[in-house]
Amino acid sequence: MSANTPDRVLILGIGNVLWADEGFGVRCIEAMADRYAVPPQVRLLDGGTQGLYLLPFLEEADALIVFDAVDYGLPPGTMKIVRDAEVPAFMGAKKMSLHQTGFQDVIATAQLLDRCPSRMTLIGCQPVELEDYGGGLRAEVAAQIEPALQVALGELAGWGIAVRPGRSTGADLADPSIRRGVYEAGRPSEGEACRLGDDRFFPTVA
Amino acid sequence: MGATPNGFNLDTTGRRIVVDPVTRIEGHMRCEVNVDEQGIIRNAVSTGTMWRGLEVILKGRDPRDAWAFTERICGVCTGTHALTSVRAVEDALGIKIPDNANSIRNIMQLNLQVHDHIVHFYHLHALDWVNPVNALRADPKATSELQQAVSPSHPLSSPGYFRDVQNRLKKFVESGQLGLFKNGYWDNPAYLLPPEADLMATTHYLEALDLQKDIVKIHTIFGGKNPHPNWLVGGVPCPINIDGVGSVGAINMERLNQVSSIIDRCIEFNNNVYIPDVIAIGGFYKNWLYGGGLSSKSVLAYGDIPENANDYTGANMLLPRGAIINGDLSQVHEVDVRDPEQVQEFVDHSWYSYGEPGKGLHPWDGVTEPKFELGPNLKGTKTNIQEIDEAAKYSWIKAPRWKGHAMEVGPLARYIVGYAGGHEDIKNQVEGLLGTMKLPVTALFSTLGRTAARALEGEYCGRLQKHFFDKLMTNIKNGDQSTANVEKWDPSTWPKEAKGVGMTEAPRGALGHWVKIKDGRIENYQCVVPTTWNGSPRDAAGNIGAFEAALMDTKMERPDEPVEILRTLHSFDPCLACSTHVMSPDGSELTRVKVR
Repeated sequence: MSANTPDRVLILGIGNVLWADEGFGVRCIEAMADRYAVPPQVRLLDGGTQGLYLLPFLEEADALIVFDAVDYGLPPGTMKIVRDAEVPAFMGAKKMSLHQTGFQDVIATAQLLDRCPSRMTLIGCQPVELEDYGGGLRAEVAAQIEPALQVALGELAGWGIAVRPGRSTGADLADPSIRRGVYEAGRPSEGEACRLGDDRFFPTVA
Repeated sequence: MGATPNGFNLDTTGRRIVVDPVTRIEGHMRCEVNVDEQGIIRNAVSTGTMWRGLEVILKGRDPRDAWAFTERICGVCTGTHALTSVRAVEDALGIKIPDNANSIRNIMQLNLQVHDHIVHFYHLHALDWVNPVNALRADPKATSELQQAVSPSHPLSSPGYFRDVQNRLKKFVESGQLGLFKNGYWDNPAYLLPPEADLMATTHYLEALDLQKDIVKIHTIFGGKNPHPNWLVGGVPCPINIDGVGSVGAINMERLNQVSSIIDRCIEFNNNVYIPDVIAIGGFYKNWLYGGGLSSKSVLAYGDIPENANDYTGANMLLPRGAIINGDLSQVHEVDVRDPEQVQEFVDHSWYSYGEPGKGLHPWDGVTEPKFELGPNLKGTKTNIQEIDEAAKYSWIKAPRWKGHAMEVGPLARYIVGYAGGHEDIKNQVEGLLGTMKLPVTALFSTLGRTAARALEGEYCGRLQKHFFDKLMTNIKNGDQSTANVEKWDPSTWPKEAKGVGMTEAPRGALGHWVKIKDGRIENYQCVVPTTWNGSPRDAAGNIGAFEAALMDTKMERPDEPVEILRTLHSFDPCLACSTHVMSPDGSELTRVKVR
């Protein structure tokens, strides 16, 4: 550890697990808790789409890592990392879902209160598919979970925090019934439950 | 076009104004109005632009898990959906919950009301009335005097305090981070507050931010974690171990004391800040009594907060149940959500199909079969709608009706039902407020009435929270530490087929989940959410919905700046995330306002 090491780090996954690749951030947190034992000053949090509810967690942190599905205008499945002042801009660059505006506002609010983490890293993945209510991660996006975790570990290492393989039992994760495996395996079939919708929002459906 | 059956004169000849998306709400909606030469709204059309259908996700799942899915539909009323879901499953399976579970659930649900009402007023709605940019022009000393006059017992009132806030605000605005206050129409003449009132209210915006962070700790204590607290069919998931120290998860004395002190802080904030602000701000807008819509005609409340466990009759509910139709306050009708003839959803103007026109389905028999088609008078294209044709299908929201009537739901609906039914606490609060503001009871039927009812309800819910906290403590002290009934946890104890309904009053209105269970799995699951009622499109008979009705006859100062439209729509605290789904196709951030 160095003098530069943050006292408290928040690793946050945001997004709505019910909307296919929108769940990327939350699934990264699950995977991280499952494979790594983070030290006590690091908090893993499934933030869902909670907006202002996340403010207290942000305020408590000196450094923040966010996993999220982000529309960078890049090829689907591409990962991109942005840091610090760039973070809010990217989260609002092109609004893909409610929580992004919500989270941008959370950062702005933390700044207004002068309690925003001094270091922020956004680990974003360009989604393949969002418009699939009840669907899970597409293969290209799921394949980015492990690389995303490696990026997070790299950030932590850069801040002087070492993480060992293992499990993080204290993490704030989703209820077991909607974690990735159970959620994706338990989906009703297309025959049972219609997946069609508005042409404007389900453009790829024939 | 003439009058609708529910009494509104629609005229589509004037200029058409399109607001898409409507900002500072949860989810997405679009609104189109026609205004006449005086800028008065003569026709209103509200479109849910997102697709929904939770049933398509839950079919075949374990009913004991449904709460965890419903908690994810929305970023705001997570807990309310979860509570409604466990109630529906308990109803279906005949599961009784312990007294402590009832008290804890009530504290959680009331906590959400208190939290949501404060956050709604200060962080989503205040900017429709309060101008934070104008606050920069305020004299801190005069603001301090105003604060002391408005609320003598609020300790944060010195000139230095307001000067500090003003400087912080100035720095924030000058740094170009207007973020939170973007998309405002800050020079619109519809804003009537003097700079000092703007500074006072903006300061309370910040105070409310600090408070709301503490309020949610109650959810962490009883729900084990937050966001996304845990719920349990049969009770609550937190064991009580009153003498325990540091035991993981269990409710001990230290945690209960923390709950108690948060409840007290909220009560204090409501009394010293929220209610006085609504009265003070409302005083400047006393002549702006637009936006009543259906509230003077037809309102609906399912009731919530059962005093005694497992008794879901109207008489046992501390937030009232009942329906008022055609403006007749002398009669509060009984509501039975199981009756197939009472609550029905229609889809004649919604992008779904039931196979035949004019058909209404009770939620237990509900189906979600999308059918996206546009009317012949549409302007634009299928993927770029310029003007919707409301004579045809025009929304992803279904049209729920109570005995055929379009209804308004929410705090104002609850308060009108309570007032008409002689609910003592509600009647006292309403009469007190109207007396203070020197307004007649008809002033309730307005956008401001909706905003005021929400504030009164927040205050009342704070007191109820204390009541249930005391009840919980008494019960625990008497030796009852039970929080869950697991007798019927095992699906082998369930009937082969069962159906149930769960009802709550979400912060934004009546919420119902209807579930059918077969062979231990979910066979059908339908949610009728508050914004489905309020954001409802027209029905086959031509009745317009609550949003649409509330916009009628409003005068717009500048038709290209929809301050008045936002004001009224926001007063419903709309939450479209669960009534429909996502998003403008180009993801554009700014609201487009088109005057045609």
